[in-house]
Amino acid sequence: MLILLIIGLLEPPSYVRAYDRPNDGGGAIVIEWESVSDTLLKGYEIFRRKVGEEEFRKVAYVARGRNSFVNSIGIKDGVKYEYAVRSVGIDGSYSDLSIPAPPVVSYPQWFKKNKINTLLAIAIYFFLLVYFTQAAKGRELFIRRIAGLDHLEEAVGRATEMGKPILYVPGLSGLSDIATIASINILSPVAKKAAEYDTPIIVPNRDPIVTMVAQEVVKEAYTEAGRPDAFKRENVFFLSDSQFAYAAGVDGIMVRERPATNLFIGMFYAESLILAETGNMTGAIQIAGTDAVAQLPFFITACDYTIMGEELYAASAYLSRDPKLVGSIKAQDWGKAILMGLAFIGSILSLLNIDVVLKMFATI
Amino acid sequence: MRRTFPLVIAFTMGLLMMIQYFIPHPISQKFYKIMVQQWLIIISIFFYVFAWRSFGLYHINKIKRRKEGWWASVVAFVGVFFMLLAGFGDRIPGGIGHFIYKYFNFDDLYNYMFAPLQATMFSLLAFFIASAAFRAFKARTMEATLLLVTATIVMLGRVPLGASMWKGLPKVVEWILMYPNMAAQRGIMIGVGLGMIATSMKIILGIERSYLGGE
Amino acid sequence: MGFWDRFLKIDRRWVFLVVWIAVVIPLLKPLGLPTHITPPVKKLYDYIDRMEGEDKAVFLSFDFDPSTMPELLPMGVAIIRHCFAKKIPIIVYGGLYPQFVGMAKMAIDMAKTDFPDIVYGKDYVFLGYVPGLSLVILSIGESIQGTFGNDYFGNRLDTLPLTMHVDNYEKIGIVVDLSGSSIPASWVAYAYQRYGCRIGCGTTAVSAAQYYPYLQTGQFVGMLGGLKGAAEYEELLERNGIPTGRRTATIGMDAQSVVHLLIILLIILGNIGYFYVRRRERRA
Repeated sequence: MLILLIIGLLEPPSYVRAYDRPNDGGGAIVIEWESVSDTLLKGYEIFRRKVGEEEFRKVAYVARGRNSFVNSIGIKDGVKYEYAVRSVGIDGSYSDLSIPAPPVVSYPQWFKKNKINTLLAIAIYFFLLVYFTQAAKGRELFIRRIAGLDHLEEAVGRATEMGKPILYVPGLSGLSDIATIASINILSPVAKKAAEYDTPIIVPNRDPIVTMVAQEVVKEAYTEAGRPDAFKRENVFFLSDSQFAYAAGVDGIMVRERPATNLFIGMFYAESLILAETGNMTGAIQIAGTDAVAQLPFFITACDYTIMGEELYAASAYLSRDPKLVGSIKAQDWGKAILMGLAFIGSILSLLNIDVVLKMFATI
Repeated sequence: MRRTFPLVIAFTMGLLMMIQYFIPHPISQKFYKIMVQQWLIIISIFFYVFAWRSFGLYHINKIKRRKEGWWASVVAFVGVFFMLLAGFGDRIPGGIGHFIYKYFNFDDLYNYMFAPLQATMFSLLAFFIASAAFRAFKARTMEATLLLVTATIVMLGRVPLGASMWKGLPKVVEWILMYPNMAAQRGIMIGVGLGMIATSMKIILGIERSYLGGE
Repeated sequence: MGFWDRFLKIDRRWVFLVVWIAVVIPLLKPLGLPTHITPPVKKLYDYIDRMEGEDKAVFLSFDFDPSTMPELLPMGVAIIRHCFAKKIPIIVYGGLYPQFVGMAKMAIDMAKTDFPDIVYGKDYVFLGYVPGLSLVILSIGESIQGTFGNDYFGNRLDTLPLTMHVDNYEKIGIVVDLSGSSIPASWVAYAYQRYGCRIGCGTTAVSAAQYYPYLQTGQFVGMLGGLKGAAEYEELLERNGIPTGRRTATIGMDAQSVVHLLIILLIILGNIGYFYVRRRERRA
């Protein structure tokens, strides 16, 4: 009977360790322990006391299978704490408290050592960018053909011939999305061409900030084309910030105004096909551009030309042929080449059970 | 000046935010909190005021000039104010606001007007996908044929009907999604990621400035 | 003009009509096809299931509006039911945009019918809209009370037992984001990368393919992809004896089965027509 009782008792966890959570702003301590192997175990309770205090107080419970916990509630930097852990059985019984871990102090750090790889990558990339943009000055760099961008002018021209407006949809995202910035970069030359040809350009927006930027960009383009008087502010407007209300609104414009050219450039979501199919039905020439991978098949199906993924970011360089911008694309290619090389080497080394390269990319 | 000032702001803030990312100290966290969590929210609220103005001007203009579909602009205004009053009408003493608030439940308007309208727009996709697939999904080239066969397998395997035809089909589909699909997605993601970093850096350095309204 | 020529140039409204019929009939007369469980769904289910008894909460964010409701709402309802049944505390968040809140409210109302002993404030809390978009995700890392102040009903969060205890990602076992847009990636970028909080995702079938890389890296614990994902979660609930209510996703899967088959048929017919016409033109 006594033996049975002893077997039934839960063991407390062993080797309890506590240390300041690295790379943080203070106020957090990590507690780890060796897990208890007992079929009757339900989980663990974590206890804490300030050094000098008599009693331990429970701070948390974690289920079995986990053997660490981050304590960040009620921790003051610079104060010494002690931690102990006990096991909890499925029948509600408890083990004794473990031997407390040596006292620990939390403090804030000044540098995230675990992000050193990110810093290094940014530094290398930054160097490549500066190097190639400087090296490109006064030189003609090769840039491959991008069909969608080549046909922009033709698309604007067609609208002029038909005496119909151009519809420019700058995507459904905000300015924090690089695709939107890329779209604004394309809007500028398109609006300029439209101004030169005296063809109205309609720009419905979903984001208030993008609306404002788009108005400025179109206005500037009209000024540059020498036709500031032809700019109509009401043609660049905020439609709705609700995704499908916006899609319905744009569809309405397509059906009523019958633009000869539809340009869908920027970030798109599920509404992509609804826009592109409606445009297809009205018989407009359509060019789409997005880095939203899931929407590319829809655009490819329903549009005449599609600018895909990175081609979008290359647009401002491609259209302006500014050597500095073209140089930056070369930097991008080098960045890609380095990553491809590392991925290749990493894969081979991983097969040989060497994880040096894998570790280089670990972020947490 | 009109150009230089924004460029200086972009450069300084871009650099500071970049440095901030690597410093976990509370001082750096506080800077982040003030800049991003407070300033950005305040600024974005102002943009909504601007959006309202733009929305109003556009629709008033359409109604005034009796452009085709001008009545839709009237509906837009009615919708906006009706929903607003159904939500806040009780805070406006007396008048129509109170009336609307009293007799029209905001949740009901949302559930029985807004929800079906939105769902209708989204469900158009089913019809458009069918017609677009029928029109454009042709085995013109080797690549297109591969795409077609894969698409057919995935479409079948993602529905219970596929599993009833052949038990192993869902596993094949899971494999397609988990490996060939993911490899392609990841390739594009890396390219897009690098493009994003490059564009961000170009903006910080002032190389890219068309977002300020042309050169 | 031959049959195939006319067929290829058919008015697309005929296609729309056929699709409509293919959707409506299985909805009226369900076929009752069995549901096969896939690993991404099982992983998410198991992760939440294991949280039973821990003092951490599930944070369920409704980042979708009524448009994607048919696919995403059943996921929300199923996850809330799971938490209610296992007494796992859950914070339901009405999402980053104001028009999302109604979805969360609808899901709670649908889920709580079978759980009369669930107490608001203790077992679940409903958070409404605050402006700031992705900044809200970051701000939750600092303090939920500081970010929201009050819950959806206007109660102060520091008076509710659940939010008194759970104030940031530290006490959140998993964030499950339901969205058909790129918002799940924002949760990964801010809540996971910055604060180390685990993320689960429920997304539309259209978006599911693009999220597989996140699944493989472990940035997502698991994923529910489209109506099928929701149907699988419902199936898992049923297998584990948790009341599922009306299994809307499972019923919808019958309709989806038929429509997928129809689209495949349309593609095949379209191709036969295409090759027939092309061969004839070449001969000519």
